[in-house]
Amino acid sequence: MDVRELEAVAKQVRRDIIVMTNKAGAGHPGGSLSSTDVMVALYFDVMKGIDPKDDKNPNRDRFVLSKGHAAPALYGTLCERGYFGREEFDHFRQLHGILQGHPDTKKCPGVDASTGSLGQGISIAVGMALGAKHTGNPCHVYTIIGDGESDEGLVWEASMAAAHYKLDNLTVILDYNGMQIDGTNEQVMSLGNVRAKFEAFGYDIVEVADGNDMQQVLDALHTPACPGKPRLILLHTLKGKGVSYMEGQVGWHGKAPNAELTAQALKELEG
Amino acid sequence: MSSKINVIPTGEKEAVRVAYGKALVELGQKNDRVVVLDADLAQATMTNAFQKAFPERHYDCGIAEANMVDMAAGMSTMGLIPFCSTFAVFAGRCYDQIRNGVCYPKFNVKFGFSHAGITLGEDGGSHQAVEDLALMRVLPNMTVFVPSDANECRQCVSAAAEIEGPVFIRTARLPSPIYEPRPFEVGKGQVIKDGKDLVIFTCGIMLEHTLEAVKILEEKGVDAALVSFHTLKPFDEAMACEWALKTGRVYTVEEHSVIGGLGDAVAAAICGKGAFTFRKIGLQDEFGQSGKPADLLREYGLTGAQLAETILKD
Repeated sequence: MDVRELEAVAKQVRRDIIVMTNKAGAGHPGGSLSSTDVMVALYFDVMKGIDPKDDKNPNRDRFVLSKGHAAPALYGTLCERGYFGREEFDHFRQLHGILQGHPDTKKCPGVDASTGSLGQGISIAVGMALGAKHTGNPCHVYTIIGDGESDEGLVWEASMAAAHYKLDNLTVILDYNGMQIDGTNEQVMSLGNVRAKFEAFGYDIVEVADGNDMQQVLDALHTPACPGKPRLILLHTLKGKGVSYMEGQVGWHGKAPNAELTAQALKELEG
Repeated sequence: MSSKINVIPTGEKEAVRVAYGKALVELGQKNDRVVVLDADLAQATMTNAFQKAFPERHYDCGIAEANMVDMAAGMSTMGLIPFCSTFAVFAGRCYDQIRNGVCYPKFNVKFGFSHAGITLGEDGGSHQAVEDLALMRVLPNMTVFVPSDANECRQCVSAAAEIEGPVFIRTARLPSPIYEPRPFEVGKGQVIKDGKDLVIFTCGIMLEHTLEAVKILEEKGVDAALVSFHTLKPFDEAMACEWALKTGRVYTVEEHSVIGGLGDAVAAAICGKGAFTFRKIGLQDEFGQSGKPADLLREYGLTGAQLAETILKD
């Protein structure tokens, strides 16, 4: 797929996010929309061994959505990639649905870890990368963490371990949209110099000025690994990206659009 | 009238945690998927034996229990069988990771948590887990083992590796008697002594003290049955009911809070099944404190003589 086509998929996933959260009357559109582009890039261009018909292929690259509340973006991406049909969106967050409020590896095909309790996904991803090294599995492990999530001490425990074990088969992607539930990062819990912090923990850093620009995201993901070091991609993103009334708005972290706003969002995301 | 006691002391003593370390080495020789994780306590949890035997399969995760557990979760998805080891009191510190990272997805991670209960001794109440069994029993998908001696610990470790899913093994620091190996089946209680007047249910290293209690009771003309449970989950409810009904008088003895541990497992099993007198003996909703293990057992009424005395008073 070329960049234009990947952008079109990302647009479709954004529509999926709106449709899904509207139907469920709940969910987290803001952080889903900010992380959509990188998830599409991963599943449609970067990750190796991805096959919806063989989702347990042992050598496939792994993906862990550490910020598990961005599940709608993951579900949209997996659906477009062919893991399940769009009809599953009707059952998002519903009884007996495979699309649980937060990703469930037991229920949803293509989901490698159950996440939602923040800080845990990155730690599980570190374990996967370590396990891959241990068993000689050539796979690469990707995980997306949030900036609010980085308040959790576990993010830093995991980061220390990633550097200690020299996990150059691990890429941590920080969806740095600057906002969390109760306000901006600055208001709630300042991350300070986030690049310097992750750098000090031993990551090789790749910074992306516009984490919602597909070409920039691809360039970052295709940057050759730095031997002996885990990678952190610092993605500057926009919360609510693509839906005008959600962009840069803290209030759309965990709220679903009503019928009218859904129609408006889908209009903005046309074509 | 004397009933046979179905355990044979070897005359040797060994802490169950030491047996855990040895059992891991034996398991490691048989199964190369086994890896061991520790949180800077390898010399206390005794996983240093495994570390020495298989340095490339032992991961010291530093003093970061939460990360250790989730790393183990991730490693299990790569086909490995990780055994996480730390003190039982830290089960609370990494509980969210055990719950959401391991039990919720039913990942194949084992927990060998040592220094449980008051017999940890001198380190004091801050380090004496009296709530770990309650925490673990309540988690779906979790199997909970409390081995009573070194041989049973070996059996528990071996069984844990065969179970596809999370397993918790509670071990003690205090050296305790080793008995001849007994037949082992996951989820089955063991009748240690038949009896008609009352039944004592126990688990872990309290076996030693309850054995002493039944001997004293026998001298006083009370024929007490004794049943030991190495598995608290899945719990052998049938056996608990059988002996409760047979005797009508039930005691539970554990080195744990009387809330949420063996006592409550028995209570849940026999509730509504008949009319019994029932007493839970253990930590009565309180924390432990520093002291020699023998002094602590006495302080909390858990020596054989005190157990017999409590029972005779009823």
